[in-house]
Amino acid sequence: MGPIQQFSVQVEVLLRAGIADPQGATIERALPALGLDGVTAVRAGKSFRFDLAAADESDALAQATVVADRLLANPVIEDSQVTVRPAGAPA
Amino acid sequence: MAPRIGVVLFPGTNCEHDAVQAVERLGGTAELVWHGATSTSGYDALILPGGFAHGDYLRPGAIARFSPVMDAVATYAAGGGPVIGICNGFQVLTEAGLLPGALQKNRGLRFLCTTTTVRVERDDTALTAGVPVGTELSIPINHFEGNYTCDAATLAELRAEGRIVLRYVDNPNGSVDDIAGVCNAGRNVVGLMPHPERASDPLLGSVDGVVLLRALLETARAATPAA
Repeated sequence: MGPIQQFSVQVEVLLRAGIADPQGATIERALPALGLDGVTAVRAGKSFRFDLAAADESDALAQATVVADRLLANPVIEDSQVTVRPAGAPA
Repeated sequence: MAPRIGVVLFPGTNCEHDAVQAVERLGGTAELVWHGATSTSGYDALILPGGFAHGDYLRPGAIARFSPVMDAVATYAAGGGPVIGICNGFQVLTEAGLLPGALQKNRGLRFLCTTTTVRVERDDTALTAGVPVGTELSIPINHFEGNYTCDAATLAELRAEGRIVLRYVDNPNGSVDDIAGVCNAGRNVVGLMPHPERASDPLLGSVDGVVLLRALLETARAATPAA
């Protein structure tokens, strides 16, 4: 194993397709008040960011995926998307 | 001997005293079990009461699942011990994988605090043993995330195995198949969104919850305490 590196992780959690998203629907219904009636398919979710020490990028992705699948998202109702990049790298 | 009921207390739980009072009024003894406890042996049944365990941060029950007591609850349940999750306790049990499915936000995005009528669908679970199927009970709900959901295969399994324990007569929150409560395959773990302990005294407007709590105490009396 090489030296430990620092990574920045972003996890996005959204309700799975087919699961009612009353929050997203409510936001969407508010938009015509702004004069915007072309906005559709609004979905509300959660975004998480954290730093992670790992041997390399694939190790970081594996660890971050555990965090996402076992804690941040409930797979019964939610999907998660994990993005890993070296600390300091542009997002 | 009076059955001894453990009432599990997480930081943010707020219905524990209601549960203790209801159990004691029916002749049981009840003790609070702190979420840091690593054993629940010696109890004849466990109740995970309502509230906002760990502030409901992330999702209701998502953090509570990692409390030390949950390993003990899982062991207790695996040994056949009766475990009842009420409202937030139901959410904790689904997050912990002790019951299938999940509780999502209510249809309509409203917090619901109202009295519902629920129909007893099974007479062979820890919470409904001996209660005639079809019995209708007036019991309050008090939740934001009470809309029960699961995938189609799980729903088919719950139906085929007779694990839907309670249904709403008039669905208040969008729950699939009007589900108000389900049980595990062993029928000893039951979760429900309505609060029977809040319908356990005439002063509360209904005593219908007594039907369920009395059934639980009878189950507890008959149960051999799990390790």
